[in-house]
Amino acid sequence: MAAETVTYLEAIRQALWDEMEQDERVFMLGQDIGTYGGAFRVTAGFLDRFGPVRIIDTPISESAMIGCAIGAAMMGMLPVVEMQFIDFISCAFNQIINFAAPNHYRWGQKVPLVVRGPAGGNVHGSAYHSQNPESYFQHTPGLKILAPGTVADAYGLLRSAIRDPNPVLYFEHKYLYRRLKDELPAGDEMVPIGKARLAREGRDLSVITYGAMLHVALEAAGRLEGDGIDLEVLDLRTLKPLDQEAILATVRKTNRVIVLTEEQITGSVAGEVAARIGQHAFEWLDGPVHRLCCPDTPVPYSPTLEEAYLPNVDKLVAKVRELSTY
Amino acid sequence: MAKLGKDWGPLHPKVEPAERTEKLAKTDLPRERQLELYSFMKLNRMVEERLGNLYRQGKVVGGLYSSRGQEATSVGCAYALAPQDVMGPLIRNLGAMLVRGVKPREVMMQYMAKGDSPTGGKDGNTHFGDLKRGLVAPISMLGAVIPVMAGVALAGRMQGKNLVALTFIGDGGTSTGDFHEGLNLAAVLGVPFVLIAEHNGWAYSTPTSRQMRIKNIATRAAAYGIPGEMVDGNDVLAVYEATKRAVERARAGGGPSLIESKTFRMKGHAEHDDAGYVPKEQFEEWRPKDPIERFERHLLGGLATEEELKEIVARIDAQLNEEVDFALASPMPPPERAFEAVYASAEVDG
Repeated sequence: MAAETVTYLEAIRQALWDEMEQDERVFMLGQDIGTYGGAFRVTAGFLDRFGPVRIIDTPISESAMIGCAIGAAMMGMLPVVEMQFIDFISCAFNQIINFAAPNHYRWGQKVPLVVRGPAGGNVHGSAYHSQNPESYFQHTPGLKILAPGTVADAYGLLRSAIRDPNPVLYFEHKYLYRRLKDELPAGDEMVPIGKARLAREGRDLSVITYGAMLHVALEAAGRLEGDGIDLEVLDLRTLKPLDQEAILATVRKTNRVIVLTEEQITGSVAGEVAARIGQHAFEWLDGPVHRLCCPDTPVPYSPTLEEAYLPNVDKLVAKVRELSTY
Repeated sequence: MAKLGKDWGPLHPKVEPAERTEKLAKTDLPRERQLELYSFMKLNRMVEERLGNLYRQGKVVGGLYSSRGQEATSVGCAYALAPQDVMGPLIRNLGAMLVRGVKPREVMMQYMAKGDSPTGGKDGNTHFGDLKRGLVAPISMLGAVIPVMAGVALAGRMQGKNLVALTFIGDGGTSTGDFHEGLNLAAVLGVPFVLIAEHNGWAYSTPTSRQMRIKNIATRAAAYGIPGEMVDGNDVLAVYEATKRAVERARAGGGPSLIESKTFRMKGHAEHDDAGYVPKEQFEEWRPKDPIERFERHLLGGLATEEELKEIVARIDAQLNEEVDFALASPMPPPERAFEAVYASAEVDG
């Protein structure tokens, strides 16, 4: 069967659709996901197909939405909760980190829950529609955290998330929603949770990244080819649990590393990746492990400010050149 | 330093009990079932007394929480549930758990952090659950279990299980965001859910007057468009009957209810707390309303003899000797268990 070209957003929609078609335990809770089809139209058409019992518009109550999903998940349902913007997940912080995450450890009851929503900046969303909240949750045992950067992963990881018996946070990057188009593999292609993907093979320096920054890394790699610098790009895809083996493997291969993420730098996932490299691959390094992240400021609104704030191809290329001659 | 303004009210206003008489609520429960209610309340109190002994012997490794004075609420509510119903008890709802079939040894081992405790030593006190017995484990952050139980009710409805979900909240816990969000969501979804607000006068050391400007928590139900009922929380029959009405309404598709059970916490927040901040006259006012003694007087008015009640107590006492011995004999958990089962590993299927 010929593969179909779809956007990143359509891949997410397709994964949800296929899961809902396949298993009636799957249902969705969210704000404006029914009649309106979601703020980004991810669930357009779902209400007509699956009905109001499985496509539930809720009050503006993130904590209750996720709490409710936790209860339903414990009862054997497979709820998927949409945060209209992932920034609002902070309103449900307690339910996620104190109820869902430790539940299996505490009393053996699994919570097969998915919380998904649009993350990330570069769309001039300002401080509350641009966040990357992964590091708040990275610290919490019991959660799984996914951040797809490709069409195939957007589809395959979401399906795996819904099939996973643990609470999974699925951060989709809104910058990629309609900009990224690719072939969607035909059939039920699941992507395993916990496995990074080598997005580009190279020998000189490794960029470890995920989400929209994956495409910054790949573009930088193209530009650096002319300089004779051969970048390797590792797409983490799963942030928790981290694929430490893949991280250490690329470091042992290239001996130089930049961890490129769209988080504020302090206490970031990038910091954890760097720490593991420092602890487990120190003798393989030919230079310092560099974190190329956002500065420790809120996400600014104005395009000139946001450009200064976000990592981009120019900033990455400059840092690669600097580290290549270290 | 600049003046920061006057205090806005007395710190210890008198807690006003619901209007109550010595006479208990009317019920159709036959004698045998009333005696069963009595057994559960007595078991609740006697388990806690045994736990108090274990605490003083240094066997309880964490805090110990008592529901003394509130047994009628826990037992009466849980007794109104059907086997398929699901309950989320809080720290002062040991009695409700006993009604659902929890064995005293399970709770004792939890408090003593034993390896054979329901959580294998990973969590303590009443923080354990078992969906086979319709029990969801709470978390310490108050209010959080309300939306979770609304979700249990939602799932039950989707799955056609004909179940009702019930949980509790204290007067202090009604100040949380999850109380509002959870009850509102439950009301909007119309799910079969019952919330019991145990109004016991004190949230740790803070009186109800510093939690809210209203006297009756039940009035909050109006804000969610659901029925709210006040009940004498020291009358096990009143609690049972009110809960039964709410449960039946929920099961018939009538949506959630809020029941305010007016009662009093006769001990401190936990065993370490002597409750010195509670005015003595409040204890004195509530002591004669002790729910167990009151129910005893009711039973002795023609439903049971003193000998029969003594026999029940003797039976519980003998049972608890065995339960304590069993719990004490359980080993502490192996250290390596600390690292196990953070994730569920099986596929969700099933």
